Amino acid sequence: MLKAARQLMQRDLLLAMRRRSDALMPLAFFLVTTTLFPLAIGPDTKLLRSVAPGIVWVAALLASLLGLQRLFADDHADGSLEQLLLSPQPLEVLVLAKVLAHWLTSGLPLLMLAPLVALQYGLDAEAMGVLWLGLLLGTPVLSLLGSIGAGLALGARGGSVLVALILMPLYIPLLILGSSAVVAASDGTGSAPHLMLLGALLAGSLAASPWAAAAALRIAYE
Amino acid sequence: MDQPYYSTANGARRRLTVFTFASPRNFYHLAGRLIPWFTALGVLAGLAGLAIGLLFAPTDFQQGDAYRIIFVHVPAAWMSMLVYMAMAGWAGFGLAYHTGVSSIMASALAPTGALFTFLALWTGALWGKPTWGAWWVWDARLTSELILLFLYLGFMGLHASIADPRRADRAAAVLALVGAVNIPIIYFSVYWWNTLHQGPSVTLGNAPTMAPAMLAAMLLMVAAFWCYGIAVALRRARCIVLERHGSAAWLRRRTK
Amino acid sequence: MNWHSLQDFLAMGGYGLYVWGSFSVVFGLMMLEVWALGRREREVRAAVSSHDNEGAA
Repeated sequence: MLKAARQLMQRDLLLAMRRRSDALMPLAFFLVTTTLFPLAIGPDTKLLRSVAPGIVWVAALLASLLGLQRLFADDHADGSLEQLLLSPQPLEVLVLAKVLAHWLTSGLPLLMLAPLVALQYGLDAEAMGVLWLGLLLGTPVLSLLGSIGAGLALGARGGSVLVALILMPLYIPLLILGSSAVVAASDGTGSAPHLMLLGALLAGSLAASPWAAAAALRIAYE
Repeated sequence: MDQPYYSTANGARRRLTVFTFASPRNFYHLAGRLIPWFTALGVLAGLAGLAIGLLFAPTDFQQGDAYRIIFVHVPAAWMSMLVYMAMAGWAGFGLAYHTGVSSIMASALAPTGALFTFLALWTGALWGKPTWGAWWVWDARLTSELILLFLYLGFMGLHASIADPRRADRAAAVLALVGAVNIPIIYFSVYWWNTLHQGPSVTLGNAPTMAPAMLAAMLLMVAAFWCYGIAVALRRARCIVLERHGSAAWLRRRTK
Repeated sequence: MNWHSLQDFLAMGGYGLYVWGSFSVVFGLMMLEVWALGRREREVRAAVSSHDNEGAA
């Protein structure tokens, strides 16, 4: 079972490497969006510092939504997803493998870009650290919950807009926690509770999302 | 010509089970019988509630007569939550037992729940303006209610975008259940994020301190909204049964 | 009764716009929902019986 999961993950990573633009587009979107805001808001550093957490998290969220298409859609189109459903391995484990590969090519690069963005907004070291930690815990949740949305929308006509509508309410607690963690760090009230709750969200979605996403995939192939 | 629902066609009595009304035919007839009762009950409770609330309840010391909006705001808000739970419950039942009628019930509840949510937001805004000074505030309750509206819209949107009705039922059911699990998380995070919605709200603790006429009117209005919700959902469910099973023999005999 | 005149009742202590704005929208949208359902039911019944008449031949 673990061998199959590892092989699936390696396959997904290889495919992502071959079609690099698919994986890079959401990252480019993230960078462009976070750059646009200071241009629109103005260079007032105090203001930028206060809006930075929110903007970074929203941009990460939107970038994640953009990148979800390639989680299942391509495999669905060429029939390999159907083969996965037919395999004797538990679908939940296979889904988790795909989500992990997805995160490695979307969340992890975003995590590496985040300090750059934090510099753009003039965040100090502590705020940057909390932002980064929050994204470390939160970007996997974006991929995990995103897999549920992507799976549900697989047989549906709505495309990315539908996935966004489905996922938006589910992403909101994550957004609130991640962004307010940085705010709490900046004004001295302490971000530990926020980060711990983010950890709890990660644990919860690790446990529950593969199951929901697998159910969604089975329904898509009924 | 009318047969009792627990009798078979040849007159033998069958035990009433959980699944008796999973048959579209039985459900259709049962719903048809229930709707007039809930409608009547809803109208009566509504008239009584409105009369007491608008005509007889005293003016509030702090908020003047603006407080009377709670007689529609609180029922709408409570029903918006209750209907979502019922919808998720029916959807889950349908998912587990493959009963189409349960899923139909979930789909029938969704638009009504969305309406209640919108009404809660609308009346909340109109209540907020004279009391808090703003049409919209990002407080925990209002924000959670807005997110609830998106949950309903997501459910309806997903269902509408899948062509096969049975597959649509099942996909939307998964979404409803995921949403249901998330509602406490959403509420908690939003509450933690901002707390302002004190005072004007009614909790179980507040209730005894309300004037009896106010409390009576509010409970009557909650009952009225509840009956309205059930009646409308049952009627919509009957429509959906007709739409899906329109060619069935028992329907042709019935709708002539 | 809490009110001394119809004027007072409609004015709602100065908050008439808010109170009646709420009640009218609530009542109005509910009636709209019921009307829309009625129309849906009529359409479906018409579709079912016309479908039926085709098969009756």
